[in-house]
Amino acid sequence: MSDENLLKTPLYDLHVAAGGKMVPFAGYAMPVQYPLGIMKEHIHTREKAGLFDVSHMGQCYIRSTQGADPAKALEKLMPGALSSLLPGKMRYTLLLNDKGGIEDDLMVTRTFEPEGTLYVVVNAACKAKDYAIIEEKLGAQIVVEPLDDRALLALQGPAAESVLAALAPEVADLSFMEATMVTLEGVVCWVSRSGYTGEDGYEISVPSEEARAFAERLLQNEAVEWIGLGARDSLRLEAGLCLSGHDFNADISPVEANVTFALGKKRREDGDFVGSERILNELANGTSKKLVGIQPEGRAPAREGTEIADADGTIIGIVTSGGFGPTIGSPVAMGYVPAQYATVGTTISLMVRGKALPAKVSKTPFVQQRYKRKSIA
Amino acid sequence: MLKYTEDHEWILVEGDTATIGITDHAQSALGDIVFVELPEIGVSFSKGDDAAVVESVKAASEVYAPISGDILEVNTDLEADPAIVNSSPMDDGWFFKMKIADSSELDDMMDEAGYGEYVAGLE
Repeated sequence: MSDENLLKTPLYDLHVAAGGKMVPFAGYAMPVQYPLGIMKEHIHTREKAGLFDVSHMGQCYIRSTQGADPAKALEKLMPGALSSLLPGKMRYTLLLNDKGGIEDDLMVTRTFEPEGTLYVVVNAACKAKDYAIIEEKLGAQIVVEPLDDRALLALQGPAAESVLAALAPEVADLSFMEATMVTLEGVVCWVSRSGYTGEDGYEISVPSEEARAFAERLLQNEAVEWIGLGARDSLRLEAGLCLSGHDFNADISPVEANVTFALGKKRREDGDFVGSERILNELANGTSKKLVGIQPEGRAPAREGTEIADADGTIIGIVTSGGFGPTIGSPVAMGYVPAQYATVGTTISLMVRGKALPAKVSKTPFVQQRYKRKSIA
Repeated sequence: MLKYTEDHEWILVEGDTATIGITDHAQSALGDIVFVELPEIGVSFSKGDDAAVVESVKAASEVYAPISGDILEVNTDLEADPAIVNSSPMDDGWFFKMKIADSSELDDMMDEAGYGEYVAGLE
């Protein structure tokens, strides 16, 4: 695809002005890195605050057509406890297919609108597919209203709270996976305490025409740097978070992908969602393969597609995400292995350029997640 | 004598020995280098063979043997600190030394000015 055919986010000019190296990603021209470089961008996010343009992701409202609860309707396709979401609460959930495979992962938030409207964010590469699936399966009950006039920024890292609270003090009161409407610099934004880096932080949905001024305002704070897709990927990999289309796909179940935390407790008991037959069976009886964290012992990164071998050299699986973890200073990976190899500490080999390099099955996340949850005291 | 290839390697020729690394343009394009895989001493390469691998945070790239010959020495400092390739690509960040088997292979390579023009033409 030539550059002219790529979509641009409302922040495109700002990325170019900041020296962002623009690459095609999910049909958009997006910054993969800035002059700081992926390593420093990654570490900056872990130590201060990184600003990410994630406007390419799909934002939509899902409303009911007949006054029913749209969350109840979505629960047919998503195994999270959605109908119990209170206004301003959000959940990570999965869009499933009839075979119990994962079409995409997504964030669902209950808005403050009385009719129970949901604000949903889906992956950029999946948005057309996701909307089509939802409308095809649930079209009689709900309507998907894409928010194409909104940009989405993620501000991630330990300084994110102080940076954003300087503009709107109430964001400091949000806990992880809570959201609210906030007036930031005179602009009404939808702010959630969430992200996909393993750090505390926020995602901020802002009207497209206000996005540039708002991003510039955040960047005035010396704690804030632009962070590109390169570091976004290494941050989420260190945090042990799955990437749609890589660490899972439409054939992989939530049990195989090790995202069973996205299955609501009551939803498991009721089994009232598509693909539940397979998923409940796998929860009870296990799966033949499982996604695991992998810690290579040497310095050589094992990239996506690297074959995994057992001690005898037999190929047993494949790496689905892999690279270098700047925070831990060594390579990290995730991949699928047969269930009997999934125990933390199991010795495996990674077939990098024809050589078997030693590695171990590792716990994830590779770095400690630093979400701000409410104390129970 | 310093020569350059279109694959962004530099070759410092001293007698029948060639010291080989990647150019400043190459390290800049690759970004933060996190791993270098070096050849074994004594191995013979033909011009164009895969001789080494350099990995950035993003991706792996091959480094080709720019000439034919045997590997005499490798820069083991890069195994402990691959970022030397970023900080000193033309000096401390050298990859390996080869014994030059056929010096005529150097004839059609670029000199510094020629490489400068070549890189300018890529941008």
